[in-house]
Amino acid sequence: MSDTVEHVDHAVDIDRHVRIYITVFVALMALTIITVAISRLHLPVPIAVTVALLVATVKGTLVACYFMHLISEKKLIYAVLGVTVAFFVVLLALPVLTTSNGYWIH
Amino acid sequence: MDIPYTVEVRQDTGLINGKIGIWLFLASEVMLFGALFASYILIRTGSQSWPRGDTILNVPLATINTIVLITSSVTMVMAWASLMRRRFETFRLYMGGTILLGLVFLIIKFFEYSHKFETGLYPSTNNFLAIYFTLTGLHGLHVIGGMAVNAYFWGPGAKLWKTNPEWFTNRVEHSGLFWHFVDLVWIFLFPTLYLL
Repeated sequence: MSDTVEHVDHAVDIDRHVRIYITVFVALMALTIITVAISRLHLPVPIAVTVALLVATVKGTLVACYFMHLISEKKLIYAVLGVTVAFFVVLLALPVLTTSNGYWIH
Repeated sequence: MDIPYTVEVRQDTGLINGKIGIWLFLASEVMLFGALFASYILIRTGSQSWPRGDTILNVPLATINTIVLITSSVTMVMAWASLMRRRFETFRLYMGGTILLGLVFLIIKFFEYSHKFETGLYPSTNNFLAIYFTLTGLHGLHVIGGMAVNAYFWGPGAKLWKTNPEWFTNRVEHSGLFWHFVDLVWIFLFPTLYLL
């Protein structure tokens, strides 16, 4: 009896997951259309870069949180990703610390 | 000797070993693509002029490829959900769909590359094309790698389902994590290279 109840609970949980996947899929499609539409406005480069990366970040977060299940992951995985993000930020910040002709800012 | 912690979680980590393994691998992948993105920023900001991606590249084709890859991510996660529901035939359908969508992505990319070469645009032409071919080429190799693993689980690797369904489900989840990562990288490549 308890096995049956557990099975039903499990099935309901997966059904809920599937509904979330479909919702995220629709959101990702909408955000893809928005990304292309915004690019056609020919905004100034700094604004265009900011908006495009903002939308991409939202899309990436949806994929990571729901498709990759990061929204309900164990602490060790968060720790690994925390260290990765820290190094990633340093990596991306390095070019910012240089001048336009490639020399370091003093 | 059996491989330990393929199904039961370790007491100290609270995870199965395979999951830690795939996440550590993805962490190294983040650094690989991060280094290339950093190179892109450095080259672009150091250039006197930089072309808008849509003046050289084919945005409609890339938009279709974005839709294809996002759809493949959904079919991948649905393949895993099918195994969780103990529906093996449904898993096969979704996994087959994922592999086919990966193939569609590569075919579209092939046409894109072919057109560039036909019009005399090569990685050596300028910095923009050099970084475009490097980033999309590396990403394409990841798509091929992901397809190979998925094809293994669709075909010969699926035998494991009969003897150890939990382990097989976990392996499909890990392969899915890699596939979603490939999708995630493309989500950033698309606006960066094609639209800005």
